[in-house]
Amino acid sequence: MTRVQRQVILSKLGVFRELGILAALVVLIAVTALSNSRFLSAQSVKDLLLGSTVLALLAVGQTIVVITRNVDLSVGSVLGLSAFATATLLSGDSGLPVPVVAVVGVLIGAVCGLVNGTLIAAARVPALVVTLGTMYVFRGIDYTWATGKQINAADMPTGFLKLGTATVLGVPVLTMFAVVVLVIAAYYLASYRGGRELYAIGSEPDAARLSGIPVGKRVTAAFVASGALAGLAGVLHSARFGTVDANAGLGLELNVVAAVVVGGVAIFGGSGSVYGAALGAVLLTTIGSALPVLGINPFWQRAAVGALIIAAISLDRALVVRLSKALRARRNRG
Amino acid sequence: MSTALLGLDGVSKSYGAVAALRDVRLELRAGEAHALVGENGAGKSTLVKILAGVHQPDTGVLTFDGKPLVLGNPADARAAGIAVIYQEPTLFPDLTVAENIFMGRQPRRSLGRIDHAAVRARTRDLFDRLGVALDPDRPARGLSIADQQLVEIAKALSFDARVLVMDEPTAALSGVEVERLFGVARSLRDSGAAVLFISHRFDEIFALCQTITVLRDGQWVSTDAAADLTVDRVVRRMVGREVSSLFPKQDTKVRDVRLDVRGLSLAGWFQDVSFTVRGGEIVALAGLVGAGRSEVVRAIFGIDRYDAGEVHVDGRRLRAGDTDAAIAAGLALVPEDRRQQGLVMELSVERNQTLPRRWKLSTAGLLTGKAERAAARTWSERLQVKTSSLRAPVSTLSGGNQQKVVLAKWLATEPGVLIVDEPTRGIDVGTKAEVHRLLSALAADGVAVLMVSSELPEVLGMADRVLVMHEGRLTADIPRASADEESVMQAATGVGR
Amino acid sequence: MAERIRRAAGSWDFLVLVALVLVVVIGAVSIEGVASPRFWRFVILEAIPIAVIALPLTLLIITGEIDLSVASVLGLSCTVMGKLWASGVHSLPVLVLVCLALGVLCGAVNGLFVTRFGLPSLAVTIGTLALYRGLAYVTLGDKAIADYPTSWTDGAVAPIPGLTIPWMIIVVAVLAILFAVVLHATPVGRGLYAIGNNDEASRFAGVAVGKTKFWLFVATGAMSALAGIFWTLRFASARADNGNGLELAVIAAVLLGGVSIFGGRGGLLGVVGAVVLLGVLRNALQLADVPANALTIVTGSLLIASVVGPNAVAIARARLRRRRPTTSIPTTP
Repeated sequence: MTRVQRQVILSKLGVFRELGILAALVVLIAVTALSNSRFLSAQSVKDLLLGSTVLALLAVGQTIVVITRNVDLSVGSVLGLSAFATATLLSGDSGLPVPVVAVVGVLIGAVCGLVNGTLIAAARVPALVVTLGTMYVFRGIDYTWATGKQINAADMPTGFLKLGTATVLGVPVLTMFAVVVLVIAAYYLASYRGGRELYAIGSEPDAARLSGIPVGKRVTAAFVASGALAGLAGVLHSARFGTVDANAGLGLELNVVAAVVVGGVAIFGGSGSVYGAALGAVLLTTIGSALPVLGINPFWQRAAVGALIIAAISLDRALVVRLSKALRARRNRG
Repeated sequence: MSTALLGLDGVSKSYGAVAALRDVRLELRAGEAHALVGENGAGKSTLVKILAGVHQPDTGVLTFDGKPLVLGNPADARAAGIAVIYQEPTLFPDLTVAENIFMGRQPRRSLGRIDHAAVRARTRDLFDRLGVALDPDRPARGLSIADQQLVEIAKALSFDARVLVMDEPTAALSGVEVERLFGVARSLRDSGAAVLFISHRFDEIFALCQTITVLRDGQWVSTDAAADLTVDRVVRRMVGREVSSLFPKQDTKVRDVRLDVRGLSLAGWFQDVSFTVRGGEIVALAGLVGAGRSEVVRAIFGIDRYDAGEVHVDGRRLRAGDTDAAIAAGLALVPEDRRQQGLVMELSVERNQTLPRRWKLSTAGLLTGKAERAAARTWSERLQVKTSSLRAPVSTLSGGNQQKVVLAKWLATEPGVLIVDEPTRGIDVGTKAEVHRLLSALAADGVAVLMVSSELPEVLGMADRVLVMHEGRLTADIPRASADEESVMQAATGVGR
Repeated sequence: MAERIRRAAGSWDFLVLVALVLVVVIGAVSIEGVASPRFWRFVILEAIPIAVIALPLTLLIITGEIDLSVASVLGLSCTVMGKLWASGVHSLPVLVLVCLALGVLCGAVNGLFVTRFGLPSLAVTIGTLALYRGLAYVTLGDKAIADYPTSWTDGAVAPIPGLTIPWMIIVVAVLAILFAVVLHATPVGRGLYAIGNNDEASRFAGVAVGKTKFWLFVATGAMSALAGIFWTLRFASARADNGNGLELAVIAAVLLGGVSIFGGRGGLLGVVGAVVLLGVLRNALQLADVPANALTIVTGSLLIASVVGPNAVAIARARLRRRRPTTSIPTTP
């Protein structure tokens, strides 16, 4: 390999990773569409996009956290809390306009994120444990508040429910929200000091501290971002389904982490992109809807997700090993 | 000479009950390189951490340009123009070299966006100034320690540091690399920066520095012009007593071959390495950093596997990659990185010392603690390990005492072949002499000693034979009589081949 | 001796036991039914599968690894047992052996990916959490197999003759003692703590790091499968969603028991205490008419408090120490 080629490979490795998921996605869609052309009908594409939207939003937030060598297991519970809050506010007589309620939903998520971030940064406790705990706590609050009630679509303003099904040129409006968030997050992570510092923190926390990066503040901010996005996802969830109970988003954290890992974000921080994670979310959702179309027992879906996670991390590992071998070889020759 | 650029006065710092610094003063002047010397545990690292803003002093004041300076965190120190190069480089492996240099200070365009092209261009400028051929876009992962140090230096240059603090930056560097580092330090100094240099190597100190400050037990001892001092006088002040012969290798009877290495190869690291070590011999393995010496001894000990070759101990062939079998055969390895490899820092002195022998000390597979305690006490006393308690975490000990715990742990296994990798790196002069005396005594008892060392005086003073490695190959086997600085360095740099 | 007692009194294990006694005493006084044998029978039946999984998982977490797939292995073991029963395998020893082998296999897969391929256990076992649960669904779909002989289902929960306490507790107690001895009084246990604190230094001291971790994953898989057999018989039902989410309860108990998530610290006494403590708390609050769903708040808060508490105290202490002397700083010259 020439020096230039190697340089290209090194800088494009991340992009290759994303192209890989994209390729897998295209192949899956092609095979499924070949076996049943209705898989690509406008309605089914719309369903697929809507299905991916919530997961992709959560995956974006999760990526921001995972990049810093942390993890947020509470996102499913935060989504549930925000969804229930949104539905309650809209169904009651509060008469609040939809945008205000949406902001409230996002703020609830942000506050949950702030709780996580503060506990993790100030008390220096591992995120895995704290967010495992808050996953219980937030869900418990949700249950206690709901006391088994369910808010039905009939109680919701029709404008809000229309938002959930509206499309522009075949693309659901909700998906557009998510794409805007995705682009903003990606640009911030790539081109702002605060974004790059998140990568630095995840890559080597001690070095980050020594080089004057306010690690605690940045990590807290990452959790607030993840919480806020989970809050937003909750708002979208209630717009899409209309019917909300305290179980919204139960167990979703597993799929979110899966999407992120499949999307090429290193579970121990420092590398990965929100685009990859969003693609991962789309891929997981597509698998879910492709299996029945392909005539495969839908019970295989979960197993397939698990296998995919393991395949993805094995692939990443193999790439890193090859990369460091190449880098070492270069040094030995130089 | 100008007045002090950065001053410390009456600085004290305690960790729990331990006083690391007591009433220390220091004055760094613009355009001057200042050496800070002292034994391990003398408080040098604590001082560096205070200057870096990592720790805050309990009492005392810092002044900068005559004005009081408060360093609440590393960002403050950086803003004040203080750059610190640590012994262990502190880079972000996943990020590019250019990002590493400008992290948190990236040049920006409109709306606060990072100007990626400017980051790259300015990195290239810095590397040109340093004469370094590193690609700004490559990730820091996989860089050699020397290259990592260069990136750290480029970082310091990039924000026009007015004070450059270097904490044992040369510990892992070869001669050429040290020269390049010193070139940069000199040019910074001559352009008006103050340099604080911390090292255990006196030749380097006298080559670079104009002023030398000695610390002992966390207290200031003296500050003098380097021209008024000699190595002996500095050492006496560091230790507080006379130090006799540093390298007391006794002549001993050479016995049978105990370690026999044949054609050992590991692709990318070392090729076709063959040598023997006899009982009673101390054989040094010299060479530049990165020549593959540590990799060879790791492979011999079974930490890493090897592609080809054989290792025999006392005539028995060892299985590749089986550390347990190596220990059972009578092999012991004191590794180069004490904190990461030699010791489990959080565990007690006792647990560390008995770890390799935990099966031997058990009765019917059970350990009640009694046997371990007795064994640990015996060997701690024999090596005079200074610790408050055998149950104290080994992290609370000084560097020299930690190294003694590592030695005690392996001597307790009564090895026939002892491999020591940089046995005196980063430990104080007093303990250094003790370690040398110990190695010599072991050889006299018939142990075969293989010593990896980057310190030429140590190699020449201690070894019966000097093996030299260059780029993964054994290039010379020089007997004590004809080993001198020139012959070893020639083989180590591959000159005359 | 006095010093030993003082050190033991300050230890986390001791605090957990004190908390347990307090909860039991307060509960018995204030909530009707907590003092009854029926209550304890319930607590113990609920605690058995958690304890069985927590024992090997404690050792695994002490080495710095984690296994999130335990509840999925339990579920898979349930469904495989159900499927075999439905297809005519009616010998309990055979069923137990098959499930055990299955657990060993599941654990070995985890261990292989972690130790051989060097992948982080958190990511691997999130993957196998989905994979094994998915395979459980593939095995039984949404069916339930529930027609086991009553001699089996009653036998699994039968009390010790003359008492109301289930006899299974004896099996669990023996297992607990076995694991405690291994962890605290054998060369293997010494190695586990060393690995958890620094696996590189452990390797240099001749500890077989990879092999040790691999077998701990295997043991965790096997014990999870055993817990699955008990689960099936206790509820007389094999379903793919058996024990869904149980991994969180188990990990919460291990961490509350004082085991550091980073490895290297903790002991089995605290873990067993925490398993019982959480069980008593859950059941007592249920008796006190606290809605079951709200109990998750208590579990979550306890988990956070158990980790935040000690850290927060240490940080606050360090701050205070630093503050005090600074007041005596001389004013600028």
